[in-house]
Amino acid sequence: MTLLPSLPITIPLAGAVLCMLFRKSLRMQKLIAVVFSFVILFTAIGLMANTADGTIAVMHVGSWSAPFGITLTVDMLSSVMLVLAGLLGVSVSIYSCFDLDDERVRFGFFPLCLILLMGVNGAFVTGDLFNLYVWFEVLLTASFILLALGGERPQLEGSIKYVALNLLSSALFLAGVGILYGMAGTLNMAQLAQVVQQGDRGGLVTMVAVMFLMAFGIKAGMFPLYFWLPASYATPPAAVSALFSGLLTKVGVYSLIRVFTLIFIADPEFLHNLILIGAGLTMVSGVLAAAAQYEMRKILAVHIVSQIGYIVMGLGLFTQAALAGTIVYLAHNIIVKTNLFLVSGAVHRIKGTYDLHKLGGLYKERPGLAILFIISAMSLAGVPPLSGFFAKLSLIIAGLEIEAWGIVAVALGVSLLTLYSMTKIWAYVFWKPAPENLPDLNPMPAGKWLLFLSPMVAFTVITVAMGVYAGPIFDYVSAAGEQLMNPQGYINAVLGGGN
Amino acid sequence: MEAVLALVIGTLYAAGLYLMMRRNLIQLIIGLSLLSHGANLLIFTAGGLRGGGAPILAEGEKVFATTPADPLPQALILTAIVISFAVTAFALVLFLRTYQTVGTDDVDKLKETDT
Repeated sequence: MTLLPSLPITIPLAGAVLCMLFRKSLRMQKLIAVVFSFVILFTAIGLMANTADGTIAVMHVGSWSAPFGITLTVDMLSSVMLVLAGLLGVSVSIYSCFDLDDERVRFGFFPLCLILLMGVNGAFVTGDLFNLYVWFEVLLTASFILLALGGERPQLEGSIKYVALNLLSSALFLAGVGILYGMAGTLNMAQLAQVVQQGDRGGLVTMVAVMFLMAFGIKAGMFPLYFWLPASYATPPAAVSALFSGLLTKVGVYSLIRVFTLIFIADPEFLHNLILIGAGLTMVSGVLAAAAQYEMRKILAVHIVSQIGYIVMGLGLFTQAALAGTIVYLAHNIIVKTNLFLVSGAVHRIKGTYDLHKLGGLYKERPGLAILFIISAMSLAGVPPLSGFFAKLSLIIAGLEIEAWGIVAVALGVSLLTLYSMTKIWAYVFWKPAPENLPDLNPMPAGKWLLFLSPMVAFTVITVAMGVYAGPIFDYVSAAGEQLMNPQGYINAVLGGGN
Repeated sequence: MEAVLALVIGTLYAAGLYLMMRRNLIQLIIGLSLLSHGANLLIFTAGGLRGGGAPILAEGEKVFATTPADPLPQALILTAIVISFAVTAFALVLFLRTYQTVGTDDVDKLKETDT
């Protein structure tokens, strides 16, 4: 039990090392990646089962008790994120076994994916602010290489923007960590939460909080800091886009939720309202930018921004119901958005293009694929009874409860525009007659094709199931929201006892 | 001493951000390194400047005679230096590769991904 919180970090590392040992054999690498991502998923589910009753699993690395050593903590939010990361790892590794060219696999695609998962999981379980910075660098370095792997011109251009802005954000994060250490004398999140709340430090805490907001905002893709995202996410192969959209921005969001529910909670009047305004602007600007695009993958990539707005909205509202909504929305978004990226990859595989003007008639040719797309697209737009409906509903109810009319109106309006973007893809790619007869480029036999589609089928089933079983899911996330709103439980679990 | 270091940090940040906003890829990367140096010095300064010597007790002593220097900021900086070294090495390779593929080091010309 005490070792359990470290497993999400050590298992992917072991997998990556094994993959490197079989550097020459692409088949072995694929096998190792798939097997290890399943193990990661099951470990995450085990952790979730262990923490579902509200206990917080704590591990003091090297038995240096907190606050002197590095603590790993898994609460309900972390375990949800770990399970989602595991799901994503499984689906992307199965998908890339069939979709990715040998060249990219030979240059270490699978070990890099596992390292990326290690970094992401590390960020989800760590209870130490500087350790969070280190995990950020681990996952960023893996993502830099994944993004540039292949070396096509748009990829390189996108990578430069991504690398430059993310390093700027890391420098800001590091500076914030330094100032916070100077102020509080600790970097253990639980002790920071205690120390920052004691005594009046006035503006300094708020200033550091805004530095963290900037640093995580760049990584999450919040307005007005998201400009690297559309440039870079639409350039690599669909598997990498799916992995990034599901994990990287969400790590930024997770860190925002973590520090703004645990450490910087003294001044919600200013800080959380700032986040709320940012959330509204993020939603609107993201959805408008997506509406202007005419390339399937680009619409999806730009659209991530607007979804980030919804997720952050719950944090800005800062009530238990709103945080519960945020967690449901995170889960829903990771599953649905990844699925849409994977479907767009399948479309590209069949037709060799993402251009809406060139595509068409796919509903006639591939009805199965069309159904996979439309279910996820409708879920993203928030059509009942799919997961997106309940996720949006819970956020909007939470907004109405504290009479935040403005943000509720924005959320509803943006939801309509989301529907517009999704129906645009549907109408252009699947519904309208094919403008010219593009040849079917897919050389896969039927059996292999079904395996290739299996992650998408699984995600589609999950989004429907999340809608059908909304009741139990809401019980779980309300408990998670309550846990986040009462940081004293977290502090006691880490530091031990009621001091 | 704090005032001097504050000035140095401020200058590093200003120079770093200025270079990042230039159009040349090499200047961009120098700017990034200056920023990370600034952040490292900031940790060092914010952690408290004390000339108390190393925090190691001599044989038989139970308490420090003078308050020793805090070793933690130095450990943090060491980690950050190693990370920024690796990342800078990667960025250099990426920029070189981009220069070879695109044929320019002008950031303004890298706009194939903007639509």
